[in-house]
Amino acid sequence: MKNAMTWLARSFAVVAAALVIWGSSAHAQGTAPAEAPAIAQAAPAPAATPAPAQSATATPAAAPAAPKIDTGDTAWMLTSSALVLMMTIPGLALFYGGMVRKKNVLATLAQSFGATCIITVLWMIIGYSLAFTNNSSASANQFIGGVNYLLLGPMGLNATTMLAPTIPESVYMFFQMTFAIITPALIAGALADRMKFSAFMWFMALWLLFVYCPIAHWVWGGGWLGTLGALDFAGGTVVHLNAGTAGLITCLVLGKRVGYGHDNMAPHNLSLSVIGASLLWVGWFGFNAGSAVTSNVGAGMAAAATQIATAAASLSWMFSEWLVARKPSVLGMISGAVAGLVAITPASGFVDPRGALIIGIAAGIVCYLSSVHMKKVFGYDDALDAWGVHGMGGALGAMLTGAFASNAINSMSKGWLIDGNGHQMLIQFYDVAGVFVYCAIGTYIILKVIDMFVGLRVKREVEIEGLDINLHGEMVHV
Amino acid sequence: MKFITAIIKPFKLDEVREALSALGVQGMTVSEVKGYGRQKGHTEIYRGAEYAVNFLPKIKIEVAVRTEMADAVVEAITNNARTGQIGDGKIFVTSVDQVVRIRTGETDNDAL
Repeated sequence: MKNAMTWLARSFAVVAAALVIWGSSAHAQGTAPAEAPAIAQAAPAPAATPAPAQSATATPAAAPAAPKIDTGDTAWMLTSSALVLMMTIPGLALFYGGMVRKKNVLATLAQSFGATCIITVLWMIIGYSLAFTNNSSASANQFIGGVNYLLLGPMGLNATTMLAPTIPESVYMFFQMTFAIITPALIAGALADRMKFSAFMWFMALWLLFVYCPIAHWVWGGGWLGTLGALDFAGGTVVHLNAGTAGLITCLVLGKRVGYGHDNMAPHNLSLSVIGASLLWVGWFGFNAGSAVTSNVGAGMAAAATQIATAAASLSWMFSEWLVARKPSVLGMISGAVAGLVAITPASGFVDPRGALIIGIAAGIVCYLSSVHMKKVFGYDDALDAWGVHGMGGALGAMLTGAFASNAINSMSKGWLIDGNGHQMLIQFYDVAGVFVYCAIGTYIILKVIDMFVGLRVKREVEIEGLDINLHGEMVHV
Repeated sequence: MKFITAIIKPFKLDEVREALSALGVQGMTVSEVKGYGRQKGHTEIYRGAEYAVNFLPKIKIEVAVRTEMADAVVEAITNNARTGQIGDGKIFVTSVDQVVRIRTGETDNDAL
């Protein structure tokens, strides 16, 4: 009886897997049907597919070719979108909010919340169109999408996109919106404690349109980096190197906080940061596994890789700090976890668990050195280590993706160390360099323009007294 | 009557209080304070950023006693607050002109 049940379940899973594979994008094309059953059991797809399960002989070849909305994929992508939104509010808001001094907590929370709102609206107006639709000019399409999705006009109830053919375009637009939200919001870590809120909101808006949208298009929307074959599963360069670079430029343009190097700027409440980092960690499964844009074998492996790399990075940061500074700080442990999440972001979906482990260990050590020691050597005030963790972690992850990507995990990828494709390293380098250079120049110009019209930095008295009471008229404790 | 102000390390408070109670000191006032002495502050590093620690947390004890008890009290504080490390603190002894117990109106030694 038990055997029969198992057999039934397996048959059901084979059919479901076949449907998922047929319905999914190119990510799953290399999956052999023979290995599908065991993996598909873990996927929510079986419950969602209405197809009859009695025939275990169905194969991908037997399925019709036209893309069709898959309810399992859609359910997973709705969940993923909500998870990624949770990363910014409240995840990132608490992570950063706990790390600043008590006089600037609300101002920091307001940055995450304000970014969420302004970017949502701008994404609806034109952002999605610029990043994820085709430009009618093929050469311009290498760099920026079209404008015909202004106000999401063509996105009807039943619309789909070739970028994610098995889910409604409304879901894909929402999913990508949550990425567009967190990327600029991450920059707030570098500019904490000293930027005007008005300037910040302008910065979020302009940076989204002129830096994030083009770069997202380059890699994911059909632009030159994607065409070149750059591997960035969930945004190691598009999201993290991009935000980190912008953070580095912003903290250089703004200058150091008043009292930096003299006053104690230690976090006012690390328990908020621990909660925030933990929410980021959980939400990141939507970020990485969701980036499969289907509920398939690739999503499962991406989730596993994410969990492994994150824990490994937290440990490697913790042990590095324990060795060098004699104490394993809580801030170090949670920063290490975020560093691991960042570094595995481009790689998840391309690497196997062994690759994930190595990437995680490397991320903890490299980001510890960059956030604590490199920052001290060069003397820039990257207040909450947006560059040290996201910039360095994103660049490291992108390069290691080239090294550890495995054709056995994803038919789209052929890495250097496992598949002997050394050329991939060069492509990954173009990806890193292209994003860094464009982002640095774009961010610098945007900041200078805002400085001209609005002014970037608060007055010295305001900074000393605190942003909460001066910019928002409120205090976290009255 | 003498008024004794002692600045001590915070974790020494319990020992000092017990020693003074044993001597028969009837009451004391304790405050959490910050300050520095000859050792000045020092520099610490948190997450790659240096900062100066100019004022260290200390406990200030204030006791008013009969003149003949003052030496014993100073000795008890000295013995019980000492670690031998830098930053053990200081004791100041001053004369008191008048003491009044508010509830009863008793004055001077009767009010101690």
